[in-house]
Amino acid sequence: MENNRRSFLKFAGVSVLGLGSLSLLDGLTSDDVIAASGQTSAAEATYKQAANALTAQRWGMAIDTRKLNDRICRNMEKACHRLHNVPDLENKKHEIKWIWDTEYKHAFPAKTDPFLAERFEHLPIPVLCNHCANPPCVQACPTQATFQREDGIVLMDFHRCIGCRFCMAACPYGSRSFNFRDPREAIKNQNTEFPTRMKGVVEKCNFCAERLAVGKQPACVEASKGALIFGDLEDPQSEIRQVLKENYAIRRKQNLGTNPSVYYLV
Amino acid sequence: MLEKALKGSKAYWLWLFALLVIIGVGFGFYLKQLDFGLGITGMNRDVTWGFYIAQFTFLVGVAASAVMLVIPYYLHNYKAFGKITIMGEFLAIAAVIMCILFIIADLGQPMRLLNVLLYPTPHSMLFWDMIVLSGYLLINLVVGWNVLDAERNSVPPAKWLKPLIYLSVPWAVSIHTVTAFLYCGLPGRGFWLTAVLAPRFLASAFAAGPAFLILLCLLVRRVTNFDPGREQIQTLSKVVVYGSIANMFFFLCEVFVAMYSQIPEHLDHLKYLFFGLHGHGTLVPWMWTAMALIVAGIVLLLIPSARKNEAVLAVACAFTFIGIWIDKGMGMVAGGFVPNPLHEVNEYFPTFPEVMIAVAVYGTGFLILTMLYKVFVGVKEELAA
Repeated sequence: MENNRRSFLKFAGVSVLGLGSLSLLDGLTSDDVIAASGQTSAAEATYKQAANALTAQRWGMAIDTRKLNDRICRNMEKACHRLHNVPDLENKKHEIKWIWDTEYKHAFPAKTDPFLAERFEHLPIPVLCNHCANPPCVQACPTQATFQREDGIVLMDFHRCIGCRFCMAACPYGSRSFNFRDPREAIKNQNTEFPTRMKGVVEKCNFCAERLAVGKQPACVEASKGALIFGDLEDPQSEIRQVLKENYAIRRKQNLGTNPSVYYLV
Repeated sequence: MLEKALKGSKAYWLWLFALLVIIGVGFGFYLKQLDFGLGITGMNRDVTWGFYIAQFTFLVGVAASAVMLVIPYYLHNYKAFGKITIMGEFLAIAAVIMCILFIIADLGQPMRLLNVLLYPTPHSMLFWDMIVLSGYLLINLVVGWNVLDAERNSVPPAKWLKPLIYLSVPWAVSIHTVTAFLYCGLPGRGFWLTAVLAPRFLASAFAAGPAFLILLCLLVRRVTNFDPGREQIQTLSKVVVYGSIANMFFFLCEVFVAMYSQIPEHLDHLKYLFFGLHGHGTLVPWMWTAMALIVAGIVLLLIPSARKNEAVLAVACAFTFIGIWIDKGMGMVAGGFVPNPLHEVNEYFPTFPEVMIAVAVYGTGFLILTMLYKVFVGVKEELAA
């Protein structure tokens, strides 16, 4: 009996050793070993707020579709992607996008009517992370690498993300991208002010949290020529609330209960 | 006892060597994946889970199916299963290890795996999946090993094992339930958003798992001096057919709900899988093959004379196993991602490196299973001598 217990322990020990060496090997073969840092909450690791930082109870965006055209959409996408070091990958399967435009029927698949107002047939509709008040991606993430800030912005800790892509399955808007390969080779003009990502992590729009922290509006809002209004949804005096009071707005799949913070004026 | 796995015939060593070669080749591809990234797989921005996660899901079922031996033997005192219950538990061990390996293979940053422990997140289903899977692995290791050890020494199993054995019953149900919860709690994925997903997972598991076990029993009888027993195999075949019919019943319930309600978010995925959507239908032949195999398996198993013929039984079990493997291992995961949330159709099919990595994981599982079964059969032969 004693002998058997010992052999079982040996057996168990060998198994543990085997698993351990596997993770060691993973560590050695990857070029980035800054795995997890010691902090307990990723939320603490967000941007340092400058004195002139823009703050809100809950950030939101209103997109005025009446003021949109292809050129404005292109400019918004370019501004965002250049600023955030989003790679320009040829293979569509590996594409990374934070903000892009699509047709009405894709942005609002459940609201596609046979006799749609003509204007919407080919109108480009920008889509991005909705920074939901009730984000399914945050619920799904097993490491809190994606988390919600006090002001409603849903952020990512690229250093904590294990690349399980549970958040991508959870997102009902297809707003998240995964680095299927090293993105750094496909960044033409790197912005040294913002981090690049490594392969194997998920990323998405961050409502330009890094710009809000230094008193600037999001890059897409700046490039939108007034088509995008960004502000505090909880502040009745804010411009965005005035705009939403005076115009009829719709949100993407609001029936799912995620409570998106991006409104579309139609 | 473990030393029994280290003494074997030439054929035994050749088989282990062949498995090692397969593992080695697949590991080479895995190194390539580590270097390049998951871009070497067929996964893409829209279908973000593929072959690996599908195999993981399928194998959780195979692992859970050990309960189909534990319940009759320990709860209903069905003595015949005493002979093979450990085979079920050892199969569960190999299956859970494969599950863990498939999860690791699927991670973009595998060396950060332990972040799941470092930042425990109870609102994530993946956290619970990790807990139930590792717990199940431990339970089966301890129970299987100790019961076999007691048998070897011709003493009754230690008393403290009893609560663990009882615990293994709900625990087995939990591993597949939590695995279903990974999918069915996601708001925007109509194909998975069904309460019948967990019951269906369990039903298909209780068909595919015992079907595989029957094949293993037949194989063990052929290559060793140990006979798992005709009665045992026949009883298992009834478990398979009950499970397979329940699986088809749940599936048809889903089909009814989607087709009668005609809600596009639910219907479109089924359309894509079985008829193709907007001209895309890569999985259509696979899905119909799966359905044909499952139905043929049920028909063969329902006819007593066919079921009692072990050659026919083997075919029926292979049909059932492969059919469910295709349905769960290809259709279930990819089908939930197509069409995508923007209602665009971007298809998925595994690539060669991806399949080779998966084969290597299966090779590892078979290696573990072979060695565990070698120990098991060794004890049985020792007792018979």
